[in-house]
Amino acid sequence: MSKPAQSTPSSPQAPLDRSDVRMRHDDSIADMLRASLDKIRSGDLGMLPVVIGLIVISVVFSVLNPVFLLPNNLVNLLFDCATVGIISLGIVCVLLLGEIDLSVGSMSGLASAMIGVLWVNLGLPLPVALFAGLAAGACVGALYAVLYNRLGMPSFIATLSGLLALLGLQLYILGPTGSINLPFASVLVRFGQIYVMPGWLSHLLALVPGAVIVLRGLRTRAGRQAAGLSAPPLSALFLKAGLLTVGLEFAVFYLNIGRGVPWMFGLLIALVVLLDYALTRTQWGRSMFAVGGNREAARRAGINVRRVYMSAFMLCSTLAALGGMLSAARLASSSQQAGTGDVNLNAIAAAVIGGTSLFGGRGSAYSALLGIIVIQAISNGLTLLNLSSSLRYMITGAVLAIAVIVDSLARRSRVSHGRA
Amino acid sequence: MTQTQQAKPAKGETILRLSKICKNFGAVSALTDIDLDVRAGEVVALVGDNGAGKSTLIKVLAGVHQPSSGTIDFLGKPATLDSPGKALELGIATVFQDLALCENLDVVANLFLGHEMSPWALDEVAMEVRAWTLLRELAARIPSVRQPIASLSGGQRQTVAIARSLLLDPRIIMLDEPTAALGVAQTAEVLNLIERVRDRGLGVIIISHNMEDVRAVADRIVVLRLGRNNGVFTPDASNQELVAAITGATENSVSRRAERKAGHAQEQPGSPA
Repeated sequence: MSKPAQSTPSSPQAPLDRSDVRMRHDDSIADMLRASLDKIRSGDLGMLPVVIGLIVISVVFSVLNPVFLLPNNLVNLLFDCATVGIISLGIVCVLLLGEIDLSVGSMSGLASAMIGVLWVNLGLPLPVALFAGLAAGACVGALYAVLYNRLGMPSFIATLSGLLALLGLQLYILGPTGSINLPFASVLVRFGQIYVMPGWLSHLLALVPGAVIVLRGLRTRAGRQAAGLSAPPLSALFLKAGLLTVGLEFAVFYLNIGRGVPWMFGLLIALVVLLDYALTRTQWGRSMFAVGGNREAARRAGINVRRVYMSAFMLCSTLAALGGMLSAARLASSSQQAGTGDVNLNAIAAAVIGGTSLFGGRGSAYSALLGIIVIQAISNGLTLLNLSSSLRYMITGAVLAIAVIVDSLARRSRVSHGRA
Repeated sequence: MTQTQQAKPAKGETILRLSKICKNFGAVSALTDIDLDVRAGEVVALVGDNGAGKSTLIKVLAGVHQPSSGTIDFLGKPATLDSPGKALELGIATVFQDLALCENLDVVANLFLGHEMSPWALDEVAMEVRAWTLLRELAARIPSVRQPIASLSGGQRQTVAIARSLLLDPRIIMLDEPTAALGVAQTAEVLNLIERVRDRGLGVIIISHNMEDVRAVADRIVVLRLGRNNGVFTPDASNQELVAAITGATENSVSRRAERKAGHAQEQPGSPA
């Protein structure tokens, strides 16, 4: 036992969870590194593909066009990330259950059309229009859940028909003009195009994740030691928090050379953190993973499986509506094109590239954030190269295919290494 | 079969009494006039051929099926088991044959599935401590409770499933074929576990096709045949008697071999039905 001087108050023997001699325990930083290498080798890739992907993308595009890595281009990139990133966050929820929502693009288009019609054409107050959009999303999600729960309709088919129906509704409410401009001076459009955090605030916020990691880590540590369980070494905790803080501060510093950190991107981060907490630290999140892993087992454990599906579908469509309204703000218009094209697939691809499994039961809220940065970086880089959208579609398609291949290969490897 | 018993619920007290339970699926009567008593600190084995009604009976007790007629008394009071949740609430826990564990979650998450501590900010430390204490009490050999179920062996999974059913402090636990898929050592481990559960003063109902296992742990062996009671035996009953009661045939390979061994024709104890 290579444990640092740490003794449990009452018992002289090993901590409760260290009594089995068959387990190898990773206590030092070197041990932890080795453990995570083992994990990667067995197919538990985590964030690795994304990190590698981002490095490759930045190197390739900055060689082809140096503008790519300029601060202001990155700020633009983050503005673009926020809208589809929020949609992708909803996709993570349904993918965790092993289901899919193919209609998020149409849903976002419908919500953006609703903003235009209700707010600009009918003159309703902006909050009312926003609320109506979100409510429409929640209703559509609830409808999918009812079709799935009560009629046994596969989500693939239900949302595929939703894709067409919602697109039809979007075209119908936009009417013959087909496009509504949103006023440039409005808060919504300025939020989508201009508002950035003040420099000092963004630097302050960049300190928060590291601080939270340290504080929560210390509290868990104290709790575990008091309960007679082993606790991870302090050095690893501080190393992790330190590296994260340095990385974030540098990113913020670099973005502040340009326009600064967009508030809209801040909204995305806030939603990601919120969803991550809900998925990992609440009973609801635990039941999401349980239903995705083994639906029957979850049902027998007394989990209300139907309600879990209902919550996931509703959350997904509502987030899609929110993303759609923000993309209307980003473009300052509600048009027939909103939500069509690659929005749907980008949202799904982002979740998968970030490491959420298509087979259910594995994934995290952060996968949407990381995945969308990869996707938008590719699309931004290709736009800078003045490539036509035909090429852009082909390349994005290939990236999605690679992501899914990595997912299923990793899954196979996990099964053979007994990691599920 | 007597064993030293700590002062838990009085041993031998009848926890569950079924009388005249019938269950019909359309024209088929799966169970007819079944009587069954389960006492505290006792292992009751339910044996019978395929289609004898064992699983139907277990499902009635688990609240999955409702009986067509008959009464169920739990601790002396009439009870209706109209949903799985109701059965759990009363204190009847079931470990199904397919275990129903989530392979992507770790041992702690599986043990507490659906009953997590502090739902809005999961108390992982308290749950982990409770998991370790429970597994200690069962002398279970799980190397780490933070491993996903996928990395555990069949016997370890069975252990986790049994431990989970004990988490809610049930009065009775029902095990459907707990040793069916296990090797020799793992079977022994699970049988030990069943004895420890009995020693905690719980009533245990076990379904098994393996007469060796049944006789190793059971205090009473209840035979079902074609949906009816077909005799109650003690573990000392011979294989021959059991097989006769299960199959309803007094003439079979087991009895023939016994006859050959005995060297002379033998009068069989006829089945009561």
